[in-house]
Amino acid sequence: MEIEQLEKVAAQVRRDIVRMVHGCQSGHPGGSLGCTDLLVALYFERMKLNEKDGKVVFEMDGKGEDLFFLSNGHISPLLYSVLARKGYFPVAEMATFRKLNSRLQGHPTPHEHLEGIRIASGSLGQGMSVAIGAALSKKLNNDNSLVYVLMGDGEQQEGQVWEAAMFAPHHKVDNLIAIVDLNGQQIDGPTAKVMDNRDLAAKYEAFGWEVMTVEEGNDMASVVKGLYEAKSKAGHAKPVMIILHTGMGYGVDFMMGSHKWHGVAPNDEQLAAALAQLEESMGDY
Amino acid sequence: MKKYTFTEKKDTRSGFGAGMHELGQKNPNVVALCADLVGSLKLEPFIKENPERFVQCGISEANMISVSAGLTIGGKIPFATTFANFATGRVYDQIRQSVAYSGKNVKICASHAGLTLGEDGATHQILEDIGMMKMLPGMTVINPCDYNQTKAATIAIADYEGPVYLRFGRPVIPIFTDADQKFEIGKAWMVNEGTDVSIFATGHMVWEAIQAGEQLEAEGINAEIINIHTIKPLDEEAILKSIAKTRCAVTAEEHNRLGGLGDSVAQVIVKNDLVPQEYVAVNDSFGESGTPAQLMEKYGLTAADIVAAAKRAIARKK
Repeated sequence: MEIEQLEKVAAQVRRDIVRMVHGCQSGHPGGSLGCTDLLVALYFERMKLNEKDGKVVFEMDGKGEDLFFLSNGHISPLLYSVLARKGYFPVAEMATFRKLNSRLQGHPTPHEHLEGIRIASGSLGQGMSVAIGAALSKKLNNDNSLVYVLMGDGEQQEGQVWEAAMFAPHHKVDNLIAIVDLNGQQIDGPTAKVMDNRDLAAKYEAFGWEVMTVEEGNDMASVVKGLYEAKSKAGHAKPVMIILHTGMGYGVDFMMGSHKWHGVAPNDEQLAAALAQLEESMGDY
Repeated sequence: MKKYTFTEKKDTRSGFGAGMHELGQKNPNVVALCADLVGSLKLEPFIKENPERFVQCGISEANMISVSAGLTIGGKIPFATTFANFATGRVYDQIRQSVAYSGKNVKICASHAGLTLGEDGATHQILEDIGMMKMLPGMTVINPCDYNQTKAATIAIADYEGPVYLRFGRPVIPIFTDADQKFEIGKAWMVNEGTDVSIFATGHMVWEAIQAGEQLEAEGINAEIINIHTIKPLDEEAILKSIAKTRCAVTAEEHNRLGGLGDSVAQVIVKNDLVPQEYVAVNDSFGESGTPAQLMEKYGLTAADIVAAAKRAIARKK
C-alpha cells in the first residue's frame, strides 16, 4: 500500500481509538495513538496474512502467515481498530468496546473468540515469551514466516522481559522481530523518573540481539522502511529488536507527549476537538 | 480387603519420565521444556531421542510458561516441567493469563510436590499448589498415586485438549497399580469396596490409605478406599455413591488442608448429602527439613493418621 493510503488508514484508526475510549469513558488512548503508525504499517503493508477470496481469514494456529502479539495489552483500542479495519471482524463491533458481553474486552483475550487475538495480555511482561514460543513452533513446523511482538517501554521494567531477552538469542530465535514502543512515559510519569530504562539498545545488544532504531515512529514512511529493514535482518541467527521512538497521544494535539492521557477518556468536547484533527477516511463505525 | 502387594518401589517422577519417553516416540507434536532440572524430572530418554523437541529454558520459569503458551500456536503440545513450587506459585500469573485464560493446551508437569521432597525444606515443599491450580477456570488437576499411574496419566494428558496440572513426587514408593492401565481423566478409581467409611485419597496418600484399610480391617472396620487421582474435574458421582453407602468420609492428601482435595470433597458433601468428614492433610503450616518418613509422621500424613481419622468420622455418624 502507498504511504499516503497507509496514512489515511492511520487517521481512521486514530478516530476509532478516541471514539471507542470516549464511548465507554475508559481505556488507554495515549499509547494506542502513539503506536498507530506501526500497527497500520504491519497489518496493511508488511505482514503476510492468510487470505481467502481477497479477505483475511483467522485460524488460531496461523500456519504460513506472519503473527503479531501485543504484549502491552492496554493499547487494545488500537489493535481492535486495526483488526476490524483489516476485516477480521465487523467494524460495528467496536461500539461494544469494554462493555458487558463484548468480545472486545478491556485487554485483549482469545477467551471470547475474537478473530485476530491469539493470547491474553494485560498483565505485563509476558508477550515476548509467548511470541518466542510461537516462533519456535514455526521453526518446528518448517514455517518460514515471521513473528512480531510489541512491548511498552515501561513494560521493560518487568523481570520476565529479561528472561525472554536472554532466551531468544541463546536459542537463535531469528524469526522473531520485537519492538519496544519508546514513548518515554508511563502511568506515574516520565519513564526516566519512574524507573529509568537507560540505554535499551545497548542492553539488548549485550544480550545478543540485532538491534535497530527507528527515530521517527510516527512517520509512516520511516516506519515502513524500518519494518522492511528488520525483515531483511531476520533469519541470520539473531532475534531482531526495533527501538521505536513514538509520541504518546500522537495525532491529537492536546494528548501528545504527556503521560496524562495514558488511561484517561476524552469528554464530549475533547472528542470533538480530537476528531476535527483526524480525517474520516474509511467511514466511522 | 482387596490385597495390594508390590515387588518394586519407584518414584512417581520416573513414571513421568517413562511416559514422556513413550510420548516422544508416538506423538510428534509433544515438546518438553525444563528450567534447569532435567535430571530431577527424568527427561533424559526423551531428550536423547528428540533433541529438537526439547527446550532448555534455564532458571527462568515465568518465561518457560509463556513460551509454552506460544508453542501451542502452531499445534505443539508443550510439557513445561520443573519442581512443583516453581511450576505454580512462582508463575501463577503467567499460568493464569497466558495459559488458563487464553485456553492454551499446555501441560504443567510438576515434580517434588509436597512434604516428601524432604531435606530441602519448606522453600521447596509446596503444599498449596493443588488449591492454586484448581481455582483456575478450565484447569485440570491430576495427582497420580504411583509410578505406573503417573506414566499412564502423562500419556493420557497429551491426548486431552486443554491446560493440565500434573503433580508428582520425589521419593520411591510401592508400585501397586497395573502397568498397562488406561488412565481416564476425571474418573475415580475404586481401590477397595467397603461399607463403614469412605477414604478418598490422592497421590502418595493412596498407598497410606491402603495400609490404613488393612489396619482398620483387623479391627473389624470395613473401609471403602477411592483414589481421586483427578482433583479437577472431580468425580462427584463416585463420591456421592460411596458416601450414600458408608455415611462418613475421610480425605487424605499431601497438601494444606485449605484448598486441596478435602475442600473439594467437602463442597460435594455439603451441597448434596451431609455426612461427617475428617481431613488428613497438613494443618495450614509450612513444612521443614527432614526425611520424607519423618515429615509425614510429624505432619500427620501416615496410615495411622488415616485410621484415627476414620474412627473419628465413624463416631460422628448420626
